Amino acid sequence: MLTYSIRRLLIAIPTLLFISLVIFLILEMAPGDPLADQPLTVPPEVREKMRAALGLDQPAWVRYLLWLKQFFWTEPLHLVDSLLGTGFADPAGRIVSWQFRAPAMDIIWQRLPQTLQVVGLAYLVGVIIAVPIGIISAYRQYSWFDNIGTFVSMVGFSVPTFFTGVVLIIVFAVNLHWFPSIYDTTLKVTDWESFLKQARQMVMPVTVLALFNASQISRFMRASMLDNLQQDYVRTARAKGMGEKVVVLRHVLRNSLIPVVTVIALGIPTIFGGAIITEQVFKVNGLGQLLITAIYANDLPMVQTLTFIFAALTVLFNLIADVLYGVLDPRIRYD
Amino acid sequence: MRLKSALLGAAAGIALAPAAFAERGADGHLNIIYWQAPSILNPYLSSGTKDVESASMVLEPLAGFNEKGELFARLAEDIPTLANGGVSEDLTTITWKLKPGLLWSDGTAVTSADVVFSYEYCTHPEGGCAQAARYEGIQTVEALDDLTVKVTFTAPKPNPYNAFVGSTSPIIQKAQFANCLGAAAPQCTEANFGPIGTGPFTVTEFKPNDVISMAANANYRDPAKPAFATVTFKGGGDAAAAGRAVLETGEFDYAWNLQLAPDVLAGMEAAGKGKVINAFGTLVERIEMNMTDPSPSLAEGERSTVKHPHPILSDIRVRKALSMAIDRNLLVEVGYGKAGRPTCNLVPAPEMFASDNTECLTQDVEGAKALLEEAGWTDSDGDGIRDKDGKKLSLLYQTSVNAVRQDFQALVKQWWSEIGVETELKSVDASVFFGGDPGSPDTFQKFYADVEMYANNFDGTDPEPYLSQYLCDKIPGPDNGWQGENINRFCDPAYDTLVAELAKTGEIEKRAEIAKKLNEMLTKDSYVVVPLVDRGRNSAHSNTLGGVVLNTWDSELWNTSDWFRVK
Amino acid sequence: MTEASPARVEAAVRPPRNQWWDVWDQFKTHRGALVGLVIFGAILFAILAGPFLWRLDPTYVDPNPVNMLKLRNQGPSLAHPFGTDQLGRDMLARIMAGGRVSIAVGLTAMALSIFLGTLIGVVAGFFKRMDGLLMSMTDLFLSLPLLPLLLLMVTLFREPLSQALGTETGIFLLIVTAIGVTSWMHTARIVRGEVLTLKEREYVLAARSIGTPSRRLVLRHILPNVMSPIMVSATLGIANAIITESALSFLGLGFPPDFPTWGRILFDAIDQMQLYPLRVILPGVAISLTVLSVNYIGDGLRDALDPRIRGR
Repeated sequence: MLTYSIRRLLIAIPTLLFISLVIFLILEMAPGDPLADQPLTVPPEVREKMRAALGLDQPAWVRYLLWLKQFFWTEPLHLVDSLLGTGFADPAGRIVSWQFRAPAMDIIWQRLPQTLQVVGLAYLVGVIIAVPIGIISAYRQYSWFDNIGTFVSMVGFSVPTFFTGVVLIIVFAVNLHWFPSIYDTTLKVTDWESFLKQARQMVMPVTVLALFNASQISRFMRASMLDNLQQDYVRTARAKGMGEKVVVLRHVLRNSLIPVVTVIALGIPTIFGGAIITEQVFKVNGLGQLLITAIYANDLPMVQTLTFIFAALTVLFNLIADVLYGVLDPRIRYD
Repeated sequence: MRLKSALLGAAAGIALAPAAFAERGADGHLNIIYWQAPSILNPYLSSGTKDVESASMVLEPLAGFNEKGELFARLAEDIPTLANGGVSEDLTTITWKLKPGLLWSDGTAVTSADVVFSYEYCTHPEGGCAQAARYEGIQTVEALDDLTVKVTFTAPKPNPYNAFVGSTSPIIQKAQFANCLGAAAPQCTEANFGPIGTGPFTVTEFKPNDVISMAANANYRDPAKPAFATVTFKGGGDAAAAGRAVLETGEFDYAWNLQLAPDVLAGMEAAGKGKVINAFGTLVERIEMNMTDPSPSLAEGERSTVKHPHPILSDIRVRKALSMAIDRNLLVEVGYGKAGRPTCNLVPAPEMFASDNTECLTQDVEGAKALLEEAGWTDSDGDGIRDKDGKKLSLLYQTSVNAVRQDFQALVKQWWSEIGVETELKSVDASVFFGGDPGSPDTFQKFYADVEMYANNFDGTDPEPYLSQYLCDKIPGPDNGWQGENINRFCDPAYDTLVAELAKTGEIEKRAEIAKKLNEMLTKDSYVVVPLVDRGRNSAHSNTLGGVVLNTWDSELWNTSDWFRVK
Repeated sequence: MTEASPARVEAAVRPPRNQWWDVWDQFKTHRGALVGLVIFGAILFAILAGPFLWRLDPTYVDPNPVNMLKLRNQGPSLAHPFGTDQLGRDMLARIMAGGRVSIAVGLTAMALSIFLGTLIGVVAGFFKRMDGLLMSMTDLFLSLPLLPLLLLMVTLFREPLSQALGTETGIFLLIVTAIGVTSWMHTARIVRGEVLTLKEREYVLAARSIGTPSRRLVLRHILPNVMSPIMVSATLGIANAIITESALSFLGLGFPPDFPTWGRILFDAIDQMQLYPLRVILPGVAISLTVLSVNYIGDGLRDALDPRIRGR
């Protein structure tokens, strides 16, 4: 397994380089212009100069190589600098966002906490409620619990978050005044009171996202459990006189986890990607909002950097999922 | 001892209470929400409205515009004019005098060197300054003494109030930006995110595209202002959410530019937490007619170029009929309510520049039909769509994605179908449509459609640069990378001559007369531009926020120093 | 005696029944699936035959301004059972027209995505040599920035396709392909994970040891056993495709702006939710009902196709 993991990690390097090139080409060829949000009163000659100041007058391949150098050389050096207080990196060589005219990585670090808090917590809550719901739904197939679970998760998945989010805001913020409708990103948790405030403003976005995530995961959990509950080994285990608890939670659950592990592994990188719509609805302004505003503003260095980090996480977590398959089912051999 | 001082403090508080309204920072905290989030606080690097307006609470120009579009002095002592000798007789120089004793928020003195530096910063050839147009035609800017600045133009300038006037060309501090000239501009993150200014507030923390925290400027020139001690300036979300936060939940005090359907806005206002205010500027929603052939059967590089005149729209009778079929009053009612007025003018304001052209305001379907008949477009095969020489009267009508614009498209399509014109609708993502990417077929400059709809306005109160967009040599085409402002490909030598005359005319009445004539040449004389709605601005403030005066000629936050809490 | 004999004779010589009859028999016993089938059938009937019974044009706006203002934002009435929208267009006609597009896009895009996902997942899981390459490709597709990619596809293909096939068919094809090509990766990874364990199961090893060719092995032994995650992916995929379509049209990448679809009707009415709640409820319920009914049909089918359950 170890040699397999190492081999996969080595293969990941050219894969990621190739992915970065494809991302760059797509961004390059997609229509759009970093000055789209400037008012029409700015005349064309001035626009031309602004483009040149962004480095857009360079040919595409030069900009791609520059980005590679910035991402794989200058930025890691800068990270070392800021951790150790050394001075290896040239601050002028960092990846500069076109909208902010500031280092892209600094903004990403700034956004990370609120994204992890809201989107990460929502994912965690989603997984924690989805797995038991999936198990019980499958074990008691077509019971009232299963039917309600199916109904809620299907409605939860088919009604988009831009709708559920606004409904929650209208009910709980406008009419009941329980929660704020706008997330305060400047709030610092220092004492019990500010913690309560933080908790209050997180309730609605976390609920919306957790419902959406739980809907998806619980469906896969249920389907997989159902498949396994009908296998011969379950009958054998029961016939041997094993307790139901042991049969279901030890044998069936373990064998049913493979699709669920896949789905969760696919979901974790998306935490980093943020939740674009939910963040917009509740004004959380995390990484999802950063990405979408960067796309709209055609801030290519920012989009390229965010997307690439997302790609690296995707590759990593899919590798982790593959390793977990081997743990869950030792019959799977990769070598 | 401690008790005694506490008592004394309380007594002092009571004694001062009646005067509290005139004390800096007495009204606590102010919450502002813009549904577009500011990304940088240096207007010279981005002229996005959100960036310019948020920065206007911190940075100030020498003079600004008030809500009537009149100039008033901010950092300058007064407005230089011909009468007071500030503007030279030959219109080639203007001399500004700073108010004495002005301080930056860091406590240092504001001098004429800062003004000169602001000019140098924006005109640096490698800086890519977004406001470069405001410093066009300037030969030199020199400091005569610590408080006097003389601007010399390369030619007589009838309107010398471009540089250092309005929130788009503020004065920045030389000490802070000295190392940020030209290519170094993006490395000055700290300065770009927290400029030192002269305005009523200073930046304490800036999270780009998210939130700005501000505090009252301790060195502001009026010791009694601003009334608020701290400000949160939140960005992001959408107009509906911003409106809700001010009008329904009361979490915020001020919301900018609420582009919402009139009934939605009225519903929110009914919650009773705040008021919607509106004012008009020069923004006009219009339909632009393509004078060239956008047909996809033409080769790339030939489409929508002057080589091929438009097969249908080159006929003024068709253009006029299309305009006559539209009911502008209904468009206003559906899309803008109180924040819109039907208009037939490209230049709807200031009053002296606005033509009294109102003939398009009444819809005339029968007249439109007659005009099309006269132009030879008849429905020969009885399918409800007119045709001529085997060609159907069918148009592609594009615009950017926006709920109101899509409603307008549906309405106009129906009216045009009443007069026998078939319309295909297309909507393009705004960042692509206005993006100007020469590689994309969907930009408004490329105009690969027969008619398109968008809104445009001009900076300040002088329409000259705006009207000179329609010159023959500003037609976008493959040879200039589709960068040109003459979107319709309108070309009339008489128009070009008149624009040249406007540039030479100094007398304001004469200028107004020429501007009106130019406006009419584009609208009622040719129907190349079909204005629809004079779009005002809807903003909202909570009932507890006082002193708000909506200004469409300058930043909406132009007078935050006067804002106070209603008690 | 003679009266009873025909029946007995028939029973004795009953011709070997097609197995699909057994599947149908089992399907019939699944109450949820039957209800789902009825609802889905009703929705299909409404959107396909509805426009012939309810002959109002979904894009018709009254050209007379006075009438139009009167017709705006009406509640349900006999003339307009679902009310009218902000331009006085009939909501019933719009929901029916919108359903046709949304369901067509939902089903086709889902089918494409499931086909691609299953194919890639099975091949990657079963043939070790293909695994590395195909999974790298999956990682690539997972990491592509969706919005710029869609913008690019539309820029490149919208006009040629519209020219070749007509605006509506061209855009339909474009949207379905765009959604299908950008959403197969989850299915592929899930199917591959399942195939990896299945191919080591005893019955597969047994089949392999008697020389069953790979193709038969996959089709007869592997595929039927990954049906349930595929079914779940399929139901979730429909909902996903309907919502993605609305996001596309919101970006101006979808159908022409006067063309109603469920996702767009819902999106457009969000701001008006407090004033006219019916306008968000109708499309919301329509989407949910479709997804729910497809889900139950999928459940029933899965049970019916599983010989272990069918035998019971």
